[in-house]
Amino acid sequence: MNATVTSVHSASEAKKRIAVGYGFWIFLLSDIVMFSCFFASYAVLVNATAGGQEGRQLFDLDRVAIETACLLGSSFTCGLAFIASGKRSAISFHVSMAATLALGAAFLILEGAEFSSMLQRNAGPTHSAFLSAFFSLVGCHGIHVSIGLLWLMTMMAQVYAKGFRDDILRRILCFTLFWHALDIIWVALFTVVYLIGVAP
Amino acid sequence: MPPADPFWGKLSWAAIPIDSPFPIFASAGVAVAIIGVLAWIVLKGHFPYLWREWLTSVDHKRVGVMYVVLALVMLLRGFADAAMMRTQQAMALNAPGYLPPEHYDQIFSSHGTIMIFFVAMPFVIGLMNFVVPLQIGARDVAFPTLNSVSFWLTATGALLVNISLFVGEFARTGWIPYPPLSETAYSPGVGVDYYLWSLQISGVGTLLTGVNFVTTILKGRAPGMDLMRMPMFCWTALASNLLIIAAFPVLTATLAMLILDRYLGFHFFTNAAGGNVMMFMNLIWAWGHPEVYILILPAFGVFSEVIATFSSRALFGYRSMVAATLGICVLAFTVWLHHFFTMGAGANVNAVFGILSTVIAVPTGVKVFNWLFTIYGGRLRYTVPILWTLGFMVTFVIGGMTGVLLALPPVDFLLHNSLFLIAHFHNVIIGGVVFGLFAGYTYWFPKAFGFRLHEGLGKAAFWFWTIGFYLAFMPLYVLGFLGMTRRMQQYDVPAWQPWLIAAAAGAGLIAIGTGFLVAQLYYSIRHRDALRDSSGDPWNGRTLEWSTSSPPPSYNFAVLPEITALDAYWNRKQQALENRAARPMPSYEAIEVPRNSATGIVCAFFASLTGFALIWHIWWLAALGIVGAFVTFVVFAWRDQVEDELSAEELARMDGLDRAARERASDPGFAA
Repeated sequence: MNATVTSVHSASEAKKRIAVGYGFWIFLLSDIVMFSCFFASYAVLVNATAGGQEGRQLFDLDRVAIETACLLGSSFTCGLAFIASGKRSAISFHVSMAATLALGAAFLILEGAEFSSMLQRNAGPTHSAFLSAFFSLVGCHGIHVSIGLLWLMTMMAQVYAKGFRDDILRRILCFTLFWHALDIIWVALFTVVYLIGVAP
Repeated sequence: MPPADPFWGKLSWAAIPIDSPFPIFASAGVAVAIIGVLAWIVLKGHFPYLWREWLTSVDHKRVGVMYVVLALVMLLRGFADAAMMRTQQAMALNAPGYLPPEHYDQIFSSHGTIMIFFVAMPFVIGLMNFVVPLQIGARDVAFPTLNSVSFWLTATGALLVNISLFVGEFARTGWIPYPPLSETAYSPGVGVDYYLWSLQISGVGTLLTGVNFVTTILKGRAPGMDLMRMPMFCWTALASNLLIIAAFPVLTATLAMLILDRYLGFHFFTNAAGGNVMMFMNLIWAWGHPEVYILILPAFGVFSEVIATFSSRALFGYRSMVAATLGICVLAFTVWLHHFFTMGAGANVNAVFGILSTVIAVPTGVKVFNWLFTIYGGRLRYTVPILWTLGFMVTFVIGGMTGVLLALPPVDFLLHNSLFLIAHFHNVIIGGVVFGLFAGYTYWFPKAFGFRLHEGLGKAAFWFWTIGFYLAFMPLYVLGFLGMTRRMQQYDVPAWQPWLIAAAAGAGLIAIGTGFLVAQLYYSIRHRDALRDSSGDPWNGRTLEWSTSSPPPSYNFAVLPEITALDAYWNRKQQALENRAARPMPSYEAIEVPRNSATGIVCAFFASLTGFALIWHIWWLAALGIVGAFVTFVVFAWRDQVEDELSAEELARMDGLDRAARERASDPGFAA
């Protein structure tokens, strides 16, 4: 009897997990459509510098390379956290999530440093359409990362308070999807904005 | 303008339009009505019921009904704007009329914004909410609480638009705020900000609806409900929601860019510093044209259901109908440029988009012929939903043909932004979307409430609306040819006036038709016992929603149906008649039902605060609202019990009562 109850429950849980994962994928696709608009506007406005500075003069590829390493590394630790949640191992979950948090925060600090150095060099978003598009595209990704970190901390608190409940595991699944999607967007951003931006 | 106050932002007593009588009287009237209704609810002790059963409900049927109520209320507001415009233009020959330009400009902007975003959208989404889970044999949408959040965010947007009537002003830029007019340099007031934030907030709700319904339709169907066995309405709902997912993020991004321009001095669309106005046109219409199909496709779905039911015949050409729906879904993204042929894209680009735009007439034509052939082979019952459908077919074909005319760039150069365009899109939106929504409203009303709407009053509403529509909009085609452009507060061409007077008379007939709709609802509620349907299947329906009781239980189906064919319920009824035997008692299993949640309405409260604060630059309040919304979600996520279990015995008892009631109503499908 008990076994039947469990199997009915796990069948309904599997169905829920599929629906949640599927729905979140669709949400991520819509988010990527939104990013594509910012990419398109950047492509349209990249030469509209209004006589001001261009990307070549502003971008510091070394810093961006470290940012990229932080973000890609955080995706790896995020994957470890997901594996830990699958094994119901609270300690490795928290350690991996904390590492993800640290790497994500490092990324944000570097990005903030980039933004403030540009502002100091008189290259803020109000100076030209190109800079408006740059700050919006990169900033939109940065806001996503910030929201992701808030979510990450909320998930750590939830696991700490409630343990690996089914609904919490579903949220962890969504969070990891979200975090990896931000990496995909960053790869496109790194290429379109920074690499092509400094190309001779 | 005085510098912004750190506490109140731009808000001051000057925001209340004391000197203009219309907004003051209108908002005073609305305020009295709202306070009256609230007082009645509280004094009569209905509030706990309302809170428990409706405001915090996550049941897709309740959410759907609330969407439709929102749409109907906003329809009255949007129609009041329309009536004011028509009377103004009827009398404004060489005269200022009674609406000063700055007020007139707000009226046409709010009319368009309200009718599209807060009438058509919530009505369409409301019908999908109510019908889709029932038709695919599901117990609810995939994410019930998210669904409630979607509704409440839409309601927040509607609230903000209405607040603009009394506090501040609305946009004077038209329903699509073209820059540079909508930039701070030319629209320094809060009008455009009201527009932007109400659409951003309701747009999030719409996007979440899209995610929810695509997941529901693709992952939540009952056993045996293959895609090619889905009722046509579900196919159109799927196509519409796919369009929402692909198009609404574009709107969000575009409006976000305009917000950045206005709030932080960015240069996306400004004249200076390299801003690109044409980028706004391209982005906004990359959302705007699919939006048209987001609205019309579900209306096509309603007509397909109504025609099949009242012809007592399976829909002709089901497969071609599915293909046509998906074809329109794809083509929707390939025609946006026809909204600005005149803005310098060049002859070759215009030719491509002109051809693609005319191509859309092909799948639409397939649909019209399929409906005609369904009727041709069937025996038509002339009920109110069928009247709306027949009215649609004649009207929509006319609107489609003027659309093909406008899709030809040389013709468009003559008619661009003239009243011909206004006539065209009202021809397809009223004759298509609105008629479809009224058909669906009449058709599914008995399912939602257990009694029908009065037939005679419905017919009167139909005739006044239809004749009024032709009288109001056919003159606008003529006026377009006579050279009258849209959005004119006054004019000096005497030849235009007779046509404008005729159009105003048409608006009067539509007002009478709307009065009949209100009267029909009122009369039907008062005489609901006489109009009662206890069979659950008043129209001899074909699809699964008619196999439940009216109104259906919160869990929809005590036992999930097994689907073996298209028109699942019709099929089941036919088999029951042939076998002359009742299906054996089903074996009940315990089910989980989602708990009600105040998350949606609490979120809407904080979203309203945030939106209002951002419009008026009250930064601390905006921050507070965002923190409040986050805390709401965390509290929601912290719940320990998300669902209640309904035991098999309880389910059997309730379903037994339901079956007995419907047996008494001698429904031929009861036993099945």
